[in-house]
Amino acid sequence: MSSGRRWLAVGLEVAVPLLALALWAVLSAGSETYYFPPLTEIFSTFADTWLFERVGSDVVPSLTRMGAGLAIAVLLGVGLGLALGLSPRARRATSPIVEFLRAIPPPALLPFAILVIGVGNSMKVFIIGLVCLFPILLNTIDGVIGVDPTLRETARVYGISRRDRLRNVVLPAATPQIFAGLRTSVSLALILMVISEMVASTNGIGYFVLESQRAFAIPEMWSGILLLGILGYALNGGFALIERRVLRWHRGARASALS
Amino acid sequence: MLRVDHVKKVYGEGNDAVEAIGDLDFEVRDGEFVCVVGPSGCGKTTLLRCMSGLLEPTSGEVRLHDQAIDGPPEKMALVFQEYSRSLFPWMTVRQNVAFPLRRKSLDGAEAKRLVEEAVDSVDLAHALDRYPWELSGGMQQRVAIARALAYQPEILLMDEPFASVDAQTRADLEDLILRVRRQYGITVVFVTHDIDESVYLGDRILVLTPSPTGVQESVDVDLPSPRDQLDTKELPEFTRLRGHVYRSIKRRQSAPAEGGEVQQEPAGAGS
Repeated sequence: MSSGRRWLAVGLEVAVPLLALALWAVLSAGSETYYFPPLTEIFSTFADTWLFERVGSDVVPSLTRMGAGLAIAVLLGVGLGLALGLSPRARRATSPIVEFLRAIPPPALLPFAILVIGVGNSMKVFIIGLVCLFPILLNTIDGVIGVDPTLRETARVYGISRRDRLRNVVLPAATPQIFAGLRTSVSLALILMVISEMVASTNGIGYFVLESQRAFAIPEMWSGILLLGILGYALNGGFALIERRVLRWHRGARASALS
Repeated sequence: MLRVDHVKKVYGEGNDAVEAIGDLDFEVRDGEFVCVVGPSGCGKTTLLRCMSGLLEPTSGEVRLHDQAIDGPPEKMALVFQEYSRSLFPWMTVRQNVAFPLRRKSLDGAEAKRLVEEAVDSVDLAHALDRYPWELSGGMQQRVAIARALAYQPEILLMDEPFASVDAQTRADLEDLILRVRRQYGITVVFVTHDIDESVYLGDRILVLTPSPTGVQESVDVDLPSPRDQLDTKELPEFTRLRGHVYRSIKRRQSAPAEGGEVQQEPAGAGS
């Protein structure tokens, strides 16, 4: 791609969303409809609400829950995934249970979690962690099974210790798959964070959106939805950035294999 | 001394059993360069996997200095044909070559010296901090060779190492392996399907029979050292040996195979 075309592409990426916003602003200007307040009003509400009054009371708790849930899912998913990936017997034994658990629609577990763990932070972290576990777990297992036999044999021939094999051969070889699972889990974490806060909470962004709707504070509700969209976008962007760095070798190796 | 003592390898059981190696019995002397040739599907790769301790023979054993091999020995290194799949793509050249040295208790400076010396001997000092996938196929295979050399094996096993590079690179790699073999004074067992290559490289050529594999013939190669891609290959003796080995393989192939009519190695064992 020539540099002129690239600038055009980047320009389109920036210009079209801005145009869409402008269109929204123009069409909603002077809107009398209760449910669709003018965009300018949503924006000023957004500034009043989220910059930075409710950051400490709602945004931070929400992100903490999500981060904790994800962290638990990564630790358990990668750990269990390595163990199950390396042992066909353990995999056979556990696969019906794993398949069953992951088939349960996650929100269905909420009543149970509230009952057993209560309505506090632990319940939300539990639900986020549990749901995010499965994409990471299943992808890690697949990644470990898929390690090239020649790589495994190379490690064996050179008498690489079990610990080194795990850390420096199997785990890196599985990272592309692990990241594929992680990508799914990041989206799920955001969804589950909102749902769990809507069902039972006293703070958090999900709680705020629902409470605003119940109090007929429609611009506030919209500002919360807007914030969630921005958060989701930023999370995916940040994730892609990390993935690019960590999996640089993978893209390079694939590109050279194809050429 | 490496001794292959009546090794037999059967894959599978009962009616599905495939006899990859019938009965192989030979020795490799210290410092010798032995090339193993044979018709395709004759179990060359299976043999190498048994010799390296990756695969356990069904009967018989492989002994290194009178010690039976029951797992990859520390005095042995193996270079695979598929260089792109045997180098770790997340490690640089330096890290790839240094990785096996963790098994040996060396101090940092000593390990660093071994790595740099080995990489230098395959003329890749400039690529120490590059990744394998940034290099050409021939360079990648040189990294794999450097990794084997840094490991300081007594015996280097090579499984059709130059089969997937272009002709010019191949000639360069052949001369390189002869040079480092002298420099490091190692024993080499080199599996190939290329008869020219076996005559050019070897001190001795083992010709294998079709499956179930045995040793058809052991041919001594009496060509002057160091060898040269032009001069050596123009010698009448080179031509004679090449013809001899070629006929040896052909003769057996056209004769009806004994036992099973197996031509293909089972999946996963082929090269």
